[in-house]
Parts: sequence; C-alpha cells; structure tokens
Amino acid sequence: MAYTLTVNGKKSTVDVPADMPLLWVLRDVLKLHGTKYGCGIAQCRACTVHLNGKAVQSCQTLVSAVGTQAVTTIEGLSADGTHALQKAWEQVDVPQCGYCQAGQIMSAAALLASKPKPTDADIDTAMNGNLCRCGTYIRIRQAIHLAATLGNGASKGASGSAAQ
Amino acid sequence: MSTKKIDRRSFLSITALSGGGVAFGLFNRDALAQGPPPAGRGGAPGPGGPGGGRGAAALPKVENYIKIAADGTVTIMAKNPEVGQGVRTMLPMMIADELDVDWKDVKIEQTDVDGAKYAGQIAGGSTATPTNWLPMRQVGAMARMMLVTAAAQTWNVPESGLTTGSGKVYDKANNRSIGYGQLAAKAATLPPPAATDIKLKDAKDYKIIGKPIVNSDIKAIVTGKPLFTIDMEIPGMKYAVYQKGPVFGSKVKTWNEAEIKKMPGVVDAFVVVKNQPDTPFIGPPEAGDLQEGIAIVADHWWAAQSARKKLNVTWDEGPRASHSSVGYSAKAVEINKGKPQSITRNDGDVEAALASAAKTVEANYSYPFISHAPLEPQNCTAVVKDGKCEIWSSSQIPTGALGLIQTNLGIPQADITAHMLRGGGGFGRRLTNDYAIEAAMIAKMSGVPVKLVWAREDDLANDYYRAGGFHFLKGGVDAQGNITAWRNHFVTYGDGTANPPRLTSAANLGATEFPQPFVPNFAIFTSAQPLAIRTGSLRAPGSNALAFVIQSFIDELAHAAGKDPVQMRLDLLAQTKPAPAAPANGRGGGGAGGFNAARMTGVTKMVAQISDWNARQKSLPKGTALGVAFHFSHSGYFAEVAEVKVDANKKIKVNKVWVAADVGSQIVNTSMAINMCQGAIVDGMSAMMGQEITLDKGRVMQTNFNNYPLIRLTQAPPEIDVQFLKSDNNPTGLGEPSMPPILPAVANAIFAASGDRVRTLPLKNSGYSWA
Repeated sequence: MAYTLTVNGKKSTVDVPADMPLLWVLRDVLKLHGTKYGCGIAQCRACTVHLNGKAVQSCQTLVSAVGTQAVTTIEGLSADGTHALQKAWEQVDVPQCGYCQAGQIMSAAALLASKPKPTDADIDTAMNGNLCRCGTYIRIRQAIHLAATLGNGASKGASGSAAQ
Repeated sequence: MSTKKIDRRSFLSITALSGGGVAFGLFNRDALAQGPPPAGRGGAPGPGGPGGGRGAAALPKVENYIKIAADGTVTIMAKNPEVGQGVRTMLPMMIADELDVDWKDVKIEQTDVDGAKYAGQIAGGSTATPTNWLPMRQVGAMARMMLVTAAAQTWNVPESGLTTGSGKVYDKANNRSIGYGQLAAKAATLPPPAATDIKLKDAKDYKIIGKPIVNSDIKAIVTGKPLFTIDMEIPGMKYAVYQKGPVFGSKVKTWNEAEIKKMPGVVDAFVVVKNQPDTPFIGPPEAGDLQEGIAIVADHWWAAQSARKKLNVTWDEGPRASHSSVGYSAKAVEINKGKPQSITRNDGDVEAALASAAKTVEANYSYPFISHAPLEPQNCTAVVKDGKCEIWSSSQIPTGALGLIQTNLGIPQADITAHMLRGGGGFGRRLTNDYAIEAAMIAKMSGVPVKLVWAREDDLANDYYRAGGFHFLKGGVDAQGNITAWRNHFVTYGDGTANPPRLTSAANLGATEFPQPFVPNFAIFTSAQPLAIRTGSLRAPGSNALAFVIQSFIDELAHAAGKDPVQMRLDLLAQTKPAPAAPANGRGGGGAGGFNAARMTGVTKMVAQISDWNARQKSLPKGTALGVAFHFSHSGYFAEVAEVKVDANKKIKVNKVWVAADVGSQIVNTSMAINMCQGAIVDGMSAMMGQEITLDKGRVMQTNFNNYPLIRLTQAPPEIDVQFLKSDNNPTGLGEPSMPPILPAVANAIFAASGDRVRTLPLKNSGYSWA
C-alpha cells in the first residue's frame, strides 16, 4: 500500500504493508534513525515521536493510522539542535549510552508544549513511561527544569510542529 | 591480527558526524616506528570479568592517536568500544590535556579494531581508566614534546625557554608563538622521546582531566543523528531476524520453509546449521557462539519480523528441556543437606568457633538469574564478499568476533574488518559476540549485506545471564560483638562431579572475598549443579550478587551483637591485619585479593559523615530508616547509605542515597563519574526489586519489559549524593564497583525500618513494590 506521510514538514510516499508500525517506516524506509526500537510493546518509549504535537509510541502506531497528521521525530524537533531541551540535555550532560534519550526528549517536548513550567509531579506523569536503562533519571528531571527556564529559544523545526 | 583498510564510502554515513575523516595525519609513520604495543590481555577468567590490555610495557605510537592538520585541527583517536561508559570522551581527554590543546578544538574519531595498533580494545572490568591512565597521557605528552622540539628548531632557540598551551608553542622571551598546525609536519619527522624522558604534567596543571566534560557524542544524541550500531546502513543492505529454538542448543527438525519464503518482503529464509561444537557451559567467559536457528532476510525489519511470526517449526529441544528454576532451588537445598563438593577456604576452626560464640546467626540467601537487557537490542551489520568479511558492531570485546568468524566462516582474521559503533548500553552483554557471528553467517548464506536486529524477546531469551546462586550461612559473634566465625556453603552452577567443581562463567565465590581475612575462623564451601542456560559477566560480575549476601549477613550479625551497623563494619575492618595493599593497577574483588582495609575504612567513615548517619538515624520517622553497606571490586572502594521508607503494604521509597568512593588520586571526567555512579545506584535498585529470569521446561519465561521490569523515573531516588575520597593510588574505574553496595544498603534499610530481613531477590517475590 502507498501512504503519503508528512514527516518533519516533508511529504514522502512509502509503499509498505498497512500493519507496519510507523517506527519501522521511519527507520528502515525513510532512513530516519533517531527514533529507536527498544521493546516493540510500548514499554520503553524509546520510539516516541509526535503526531500533531502529541507524544505517541511509534512502535504502536500503524502507518495506516497516521493519515495527514504531522509526524515530528527527533530529527525535526529543531532545525539545528537548539530546542531548549536539546540545549539543556547538553548543558546537564544527561546521557550515558544515549539510546533512550531521543525518546526522552520527545516526551519532554510534548510536556513543555502544554506545560512550559512543569512541576516535578508533571514530569513524573509525562516521563514515567520512558525507560532509561543507564539510570540517568536525576539528570533528565534536572534538564527538563532547566529547559523550562531557557524558554522556547529554539529554531523551529522543519515542520514547526514541535510546539503545536 | 591485522585489519585491512576499509572502503570508506560504506562508512561515511556514520563517521561524517564525528567530524572525523577531515583531518589528515601529518605524523610520519616511519619516523615514529617502534615495537608494537602488547596485545590486550582480554578474556582473563575470574569473577572480575575479562581483563583489559595492560599496554603499558611499550609506548603507544603517537601517530595512531593524534592527527594535527595544517589548520591546527586536532583529531584524537578513541580506541575503545563505547557502550555508555564515557570512554570515547575520557581517553581523548587524557591525551588532549597532556598535548596541551583546548578541548573545544579537539575532534574525536573512533578507531576500528586493530590489535597491531591498539592495546586493550575492550569495555569490561572497569579497566579503561587504570590501563590507559599512563599510556594515553604519554601519547599526549610525547606529541607535545615533539612539537616543542619542532618549534625550537624552527626558531633556533633552546627548548627550555618554550612553553605550550591551547595548541600553540610560546617563546615568551621573544614574545612570539606558533600553532601546532604549522609545526606538525616538522614534528612528524622527529623521533619520539624515550619513555624515561617523557615529562607528564603535575595534577595541579590539568586543564581537562578532572573537569566535567560533556559527552563527546552529545549533539548527535540529542538531534537523533545515526550513531548507534542499529543505525548502520550500507548500500544494498537487507534486514534480518534470527529465530533460535526455545531451549538452548535446540536443533531444527522441520519448518514451513516454502510458506515463509513467499511472505511479503522476504528475500531469503534458511536454516543456519551449526557446524562447530557448542562452547562449553563451563569455564572462563565465552566469546559467544553460534546457535542453530532460522534466518529470515527481508526488505525491511518489519517484513522479516512479520514473517517470523508465521514460522511453524518443530524443534529438537535436546536434554536441557527438563530444567526449571523450581528444580534448581530444590536441588540446591538437597545439595546443602549433604557434604559440600569442595572446600574453597577453611581458616581456623569454624565449627569450634561457632560452638563457642556468644551468639550465632544462621541464614539462607538466594538471588536469581538476571539479564543484562541493554536498551539497544543486540544487532550487527555484516558483509561477506570475495572471501572477506566486514562487520559493524558494538561488541565490548570486538576481537572476540574475529575468532568466531574465522572458526565458523573459514575467513582468516587478516581478512576481517571490525568496526566499533556506539552501543546503546553494554553492562557485560556485549562481551560476547553471538550476534556478530549470526550476522556474518546470514550475510554469507544470503549473499547480501545484512543488518541483523534481535527483537527484545530474542535478547531476554538468549542472554549470558548473571548466574543465580544460593548461600547457606552461619556466623558467630563473641561477647564483645566481634565476628569470630563465618561459614558459607555456596551452591552455584557448573559441573559438581569434579573437585573442585568447574563452574559456569562468573558464577564463583573467591577464596579471598570479604570478610576474609578479617574473620579468624572462616570457611567457604562450594558446590555446583548443572545448568541449561549460559552465564556471563554482568556489571560487577560476582560482586553484584555477593555484596547483597555478605553485607546483609554482616548486618544480621551486627543486629545479633547489638551493634550499630557502621560501627560493626569499622570494627570488622580493624579486627585483623589484612593482606598487603592492592597493587596500583590491581583488579581486586571477587577473589582476586588486594583488599585494603584503610581505604575501605576511609569511605565507610566518609559515607557515615556525609549521610549524617548518627543524627539522621535518630531523627527519621517510624517506618523510615538508613541502611549501610560497602564492597570492594575492580580496585574500587565504595560505601553507600540508603534512606528508605517502608509502609505497611511493603511499598518502599528510596528517599536518598549517599555514595562515598575511593578510586584513587584522580577522577578523569567528573561529570560522567557522577552520572555513572548515580546510574549504578538506579541500576542496582532496578535489579533488586523486579528482575528475575526463570526457567520452565528449559525455557526462559520472561519475554519483554512487561514481565522483566526496569526501574522508572518515579521509582528512582530523587537524590544521590556522590563524593570521592581521593587517595594516593592510581586512578581506577568506577562503572562496576559503584553498583554492588546499593542492594544490601537498601535491604539493610528495609530491615531497620520494618524488622523484615530480605534474604531472597528480587524483592517483589517477598511482596515488595515501589511506592
């Protein structure tokens, strides 16, 4: 089946099975590797992307269900890596292995879009689904709080959908 | 072993990010030629995990590590596998500081696997810091000295009047300076200084070492650039899954080959027959091996995975299908009723000391198999063409893949090129290279380049697991509360018919493990039973389980003696004069000896002080308490205190953890050091609460993170205070020794808070959960 997706502001047509998760369309067909596979059953959220600005697990999102919704991946969060969260992640030096961090940042970006000054409780709710096997949770929380103070000084991503 | 130069085109999608490939080496290979560095020690047996290369005997060659372009761009080669331990940042930091360049001007490039150029290309045993501390600084210092000589020759002035800084040589007397880029060509023609002439900086002059340096891959990580092994793409590549049998060692009897081959997107499907004998279950850490299975190669991973779900296979499951965890537990109890199979240590007269003790405690401890579960599932990309093989993996011992490929594919190691890409976590799982040999076999048989990616379910079902174990303990204290007797019958896995038993990997309890030699009457007996799964090194091998047993039991004895747990430990450390101090680069722990009582006393006092142990204990509300534990492994001394709240429903919250560590004179990267210690606490808590691999009918019952839970953000402690006690010892690693004490610290706090002594892991099996 052919599907036309809007990913990071760019339209692409892919010919894939209807039941193919968006995760694998992004990784293996569109060659956007920032979105990660960790479990395939929505337990780790390494595969988090935005659909119309809302954080979803791309391993559970069938390509046939995406339709015209704007897909934003970590590659499209900002044009040049200057989203407040990306800057905060660097400043706090959050990652160890780094594998989960794109998913963490995408979950946090959806949180900040709806709550620019999140409390610890807000962070608990928004981030508890994202596993970090290395255990960088303290720095993840710290970086989200820092990003909230940095404000939205980011260059808009290609789609500009990160803050929708 | 030597490696062929690779076709760079196939690798550009990854290397272009790191900024490598732009600078060109100006150092003259011939001018700098010396004897090759010694090969890495790799794969040494013992609970400490595989050893690192020592590499200090011969000087490393400057041109293998540093490239200086004419425009002054400095590229430093990172030689070790990066799996999240920060080594790709840390080793170049050592070089850059001695080279005297600014960190912002340094580009880092990952090397390939090349035993002729680089010693100890492994990630294991917390060895990167101790084994590289001297040679990496030497590399930087040698280059700096050669650049100074080049400047002196250029200006025709004595070297003694020249200084360096920020990538320049300064002639202050004449008020002039010259950049390294302008000197590199001349420097490359000079001989390197002899080892005895190398001048290393004083620690007070470090500008990079000892600073919080941000992960060198940070920008790629936060922008989602292809970076990890699973992100590898090469032209014409196909995607593969590999279905192994339900029981280790299963063979394919029949399968629906025709149907699978017709599935959408499938380009090939076949049985990979193992033509080599199984590596033994018993002995030193395995390099990993090939297991028989069915490969499905497709246009994308989802097509391969979808086809796999339609597989209909009849397996010959072999003799291991009768094994179960329930059976192992029952067998351990039965073994303990009989005579131990071997005496590992027997100091003094344990039975007499127990009989005359003022108080005795008898307790049985056990812990389960656990899986490494790095978040990036095992994967490898391989090309087999024209009798040569090229692989991209994140192996922690990439050289191990070379031997496996040579054995199974008949390709000489000289014709194998192995690249190291960033791994999404290691924890010891990637010490084996089973995924690499699978990928190479599938690439050979399918005739196309393949990226093999394991599903999470493959990863949990096909690990080299942390060995479970059973400890039947009895200890005694005298009237003064000193521990006078300690007897431990350890029932583990291996071949119990041999004496001493031959054990599976990382499943032993060493004869010098603490509290030997502090207890005068001290006995360890070891017995073993056969196992149906393989074991291997997991972060702090041996120690990750033994610390829970030993430090919990010391707490039990402290309680019996009516002593404060910190004081009990300080008294124990003072009880006898132990063996001489650890050698500077000693590995220690888990039977390797070298425990230094003064260093452990130091961190124990420090953790009591930073946690305000005495006052805080008294001030905490009912149901909240402190627990303490320490452990020595991988040359590191760690003492940790946990403040834990336990409610009536056994819901627990770890409010705060304090960590005191002595890993020598210098922390190289303070940011990563703290990050990793905090992560170790979280990791230990994760394992202790919910992680357990169980077998039934020879099968691993856990499948994914829904039934093998990792700790989450709200369950992790909100605060972990990490403090380093600097000592006059060479710097050593901290990724592993930081973890073991947290398990008993939490267990001891649970006891102090609730009176419930947990002797079996995971905690969930005793009704506990996170609040």
